[in-house]
Amino acid sequence: MRYLPKSDSERRQMLDACGVSSPEELFAHLPQAVRLGRPLHLAPGISEYEIVQYFRDRAAENGNGYASFLGAGVYHHYRPVLVDTVVSRGEFLTSYTPYQAEIAQGTLTTIFEFQTMICQLTGMDVANASMYDGSTAVPEAAMMAARSTGKGRVLVARSVHPEYREVLLTYARNQGMPVEEFGYDPETGTLDLEDLERKMDDFTAAVIVQTPNFFGIADQVKEAARIAHGRGALLVVVFTEAVSLGILEPPAEADIVAGELQSFAISPSYGGPYAGIIATREKYLRQMPGRLVGQSVDSRGNRAFCLTLATREQHIRREKATSNICTNQALIALMATVFMTVYGKQGLRELAAQNLAKAHYLAGKVKPRFSGPFFNEFVVKVAAVDDLNKQLLKKKIIGGLPLGRFYPELSDSVLLCATEMTKRADMDVVADAILRAATPKEVTA
Amino acid sequence: MYPENFRYTKEHEWVAAVGDAGTIGITDHAQQELGDIVYVDLPKVGTHIEQGRSLGSVESVKAVSDVYSPVSGEVTEINQTLAEKPETLNSDPHGAAWLVKIKLSAPAELAGLMSAAEYEAYIGAEK
Amino acid sequence: MIKKVRPHLSQNERLVFERSSPGKKAYQLPELDVPAVDAAEALGAANVRAAIEGFPEISEVEAMRHFTRLSTWNYAIDHGMYPLGSCTMKYNPRINEVVARTEALAWAHPYQPEALAQGSMAVMAQLEAALAEITGMDAVTLQPAAGAHGELTGILLIRALLEKRGNPRKKILIPDSAHGTNPATAAIAGYAVQNIPSSATGVLDVGALAQIVDKDVAALMVTNPNTLGVFEENIIQAAEILHKKGAMLYMDGANMNALVGIARPGDFGVDVMHLNLHKTFSTPHGGGGPGAGPVAVKKVLEPFLPAPRLKRTGKKWAYDFNRKRSIGRVKAYYGNFGVLVRALAYILAHGGPGLRNATVDAVLNAVYIRKRLEAYYDLPYSQANMHEVVFSDDRQAKLGVRTGDIAKRLIDYGFHPYTVSFPLIVHGALMIEPTETEGKHEIDQFIEAMISIAQEIETDPQLVKTAPHGTRTSRVDEVAAARKPVLRWKPA
Repeated sequence: MRYLPKSDSERRQMLDACGVSSPEELFAHLPQAVRLGRPLHLAPGISEYEIVQYFRDRAAENGNGYASFLGAGVYHHYRPVLVDTVVSRGEFLTSYTPYQAEIAQGTLTTIFEFQTMICQLTGMDVANASMYDGSTAVPEAAMMAARSTGKGRVLVARSVHPEYREVLLTYARNQGMPVEEFGYDPETGTLDLEDLERKMDDFTAAVIVQTPNFFGIADQVKEAARIAHGRGALLVVVFTEAVSLGILEPPAEADIVAGELQSFAISPSYGGPYAGIIATREKYLRQMPGRLVGQSVDSRGNRAFCLTLATREQHIRREKATSNICTNQALIALMATVFMTVYGKQGLRELAAQNLAKAHYLAGKVKPRFSGPFFNEFVVKVAAVDDLNKQLLKKKIIGGLPLGRFYPELSDSVLLCATEMTKRADMDVVADAILRAATPKEVTA
Repeated sequence: MYPENFRYTKEHEWVAAVGDAGTIGITDHAQQELGDIVYVDLPKVGTHIEQGRSLGSVESVKAVSDVYSPVSGEVTEINQTLAEKPETLNSDPHGAAWLVKIKLSAPAELAGLMSAAEYEAYIGAEK
Repeated sequence: MIKKVRPHLSQNERLVFERSSPGKKAYQLPELDVPAVDAAEALGAANVRAAIEGFPEISEVEAMRHFTRLSTWNYAIDHGMYPLGSCTMKYNPRINEVVARTEALAWAHPYQPEALAQGSMAVMAQLEAALAEITGMDAVTLQPAAGAHGELTGILLIRALLEKRGNPRKKILIPDSAHGTNPATAAIAGYAVQNIPSSATGVLDVGALAQIVDKDVAALMVTNPNTLGVFEENIIQAAEILHKKGAMLYMDGANMNALVGIARPGDFGVDVMHLNLHKTFSTPHGGGGPGAGPVAVKKVLEPFLPAPRLKRTGKKWAYDFNRKRSIGRVKAYYGNFGVLVRALAYILAHGGPGLRNATVDAVLNAVYIRKRLEAYYDLPYSQANMHEVVFSDDRQAKLGVRTGDIAKRLIDYGFHPYTVSFPLIVHGALMIEPTETEGKHEIDQFIEAMISIAQEIETDPQLVKTAPHGTRTSRVDEVAAARKPVLRWKPA
């Protein structure tokens, strides 16, 4: 087998050195009762070409060449070529966690740059070297808030990504952490601040909101902060569309930012792998989960980077750790770092401006359901959700996400997303289909 | 090496008391075991501590050690210099790098702790 | 003396912010085909940010050089062996990278209609089936993003079952040889941790276990082979003890590289386990992630698995969201699909017989290293080891040299260090796992290096204590980094 670099004669030599006459003897010490005693019921190994063909066949079963208006936490943005060029380098792809700083300065330096850029982007003081994804960053932020405040309850907006809220519940339930939801305003699509005010108390560790929220709307972070801070809770601000930070004011009032970087040149890849981040204020640093890279010097006085503050982590603290997390998404975070470097200060703004323009063009033709200010996605009420999407599929267009699956009160609506990759012609087709369905059937040409 | 007027615990803390005014720290042996200290986590002034309970922790790069209070009482002062210069704990653990000052609630507890000679014998045996 | 490496000029490179100057560009966006929109009008002036202060502005060439130069400062599997214990640093096949980038798989949106996701769903179904066969379990979830995440999922599954039976119980038993994620996970799952000491021979003490297991114990978390690389010979007995008291057996699958095709956890009493696809199944470590931590369970735990589950209706795959007993989601969407593709490609390339051969070579390599080094480094136990071997630095410590120093000197010989000071039950541990993708030549060079270092310690211990000497960066001051953390660049 091409991945096993030993010839039979080399195996023979090694077995002899071990004082063993056959490979089976290496397992002789295993109790009989545990041994498999039969071959695995898996087909024999196949060639490289057959592997390529297998996945091509699967790809064909996915359909190809569709224009997509799906957002809802995962976005289709162009991936600059440099991203894959860089992450395909063996030194990045096949290296390990940088525990041995002397031979991992490549990884450590890029993580340090990553941490810096996330701080610049979010306006926070310190950022970690990434979490698994945005959805798991949320409960980590909630637990961080609980540790920092000594309080045990969490309030989360319904306009936070529904699957993120599900993950939060799974974690919170087992920490004995009550989670309560508060609503959104049916006119504006922004936070129902009265509902938040009503549900707020002195035992709340965190108020969790998202901006832009699941409906694509830039939400009322300042007002949420006022309510949270007024009762001694921390404000956790979540984002799923990182490109929005190219043009939207970062959440300065947040105590913790928990976000998803998939928009930064990370393939949608049917749900993962992605990279989440947690960024926070200096004073909560020691409660922060995940890896951190710090600047130092080597014994010759040269600037050098290393993993630091590891005493928060599982391999030292064990059951008192800030989290059980071991992996960070290093390679995925590197994709984001390359993306942020390629676009840079001007490019990210221009990219965000293009997204804004595309979505607002489409919104201008159909009427958004909510009046709140939106970035690159918005909600539209349509006559018949399933029919509309069926029609669009025939035109090789995947329509917006039907919201009924997450919000029963919005089952007459879809969430439409347009990015810099969305073509005007496709937006015209979608707008046309929505409008035609809205008008009575008597109107004919 | 180990001041005569201190009392010592098996977990390598020391306490020096005059009446009910006590000062608590960790021993030279402890700082040696931990290596270069990078961070010290201390309780708030006013905290009530029971003998044997953790009052904070001391961190090196590779390890964290809880500090267990040798006596019960109320924390009256914490050593602010350790936040800026945790390394003092390595150079002067019995003097400048005291951790907290405490008002003892049960001075009789001191009698159950080790003397300097007993502590030296104890760490000698540990090796 | 040092045969594997020679010093070489490597490029200096500053941080990207230090190369930055206004107006440099590495991007170009197409012209808009729709009218531009005034941001302040569309979003409200208060919502529009000022420029991103400090964000870099560099050209494409500089970006290319920047990352290329940095990459040359890393050691990687593509360079040579990484003997890190329990990390299973095997070759990352490049065909895996190619197939993961197949367009309709890489571009698929998780909310794509099921009719347009049949290929992705088929991939996941095939991987689930293969992993179930390999582990001898009944059902698999691919949702967890990494090993620790899988551990959490597994413990939550146990909790859900015990709750259904009337009492979630209070404690999880964890051997003192366990990886740190185990107790951390138990705590996050809301359980208290009770350490169970290993026997004098380093394996699970079933006598002690029988004493400790009571109605408060929810589960024992075990790694098999354990972190000494030794097979837990009493595992079946341990499982019986636990099951008799209504407790469950969780297995940390980090060391599966010793078992694939040889023994199946489902056959020796394990109720639930996680796998590390970035270890056993060759998906790349990428400098620290991503990974994937699928969880495999016995039928009794299947109803509690995270939703949705894949089901076959006629000729199509569909999602079943109607899972009333599910523990809930542990992650959004379905799992680290891109990592799953790579793992499946690995399994397809090897096939059943191939996977077993890989295991045999992995064990042969580790046993060979043990035989050739046991005259030079202390072995703290005498049982047979499997895919990894753990030495202690006792002999060298008498001369003032510790495992961490030896590891640093190994770098000068052109290798990445082994795992230092773990497991904690061995004093000054050297934990070595070669994996099956190392050939005899590379392993012999590693052995020669370790022997040479042992000899250097006798004649010139200072050389070893101040290593590495040949690297671009010498020992980094980790104390200063922790005392005064500087975690981001700031302009002067």
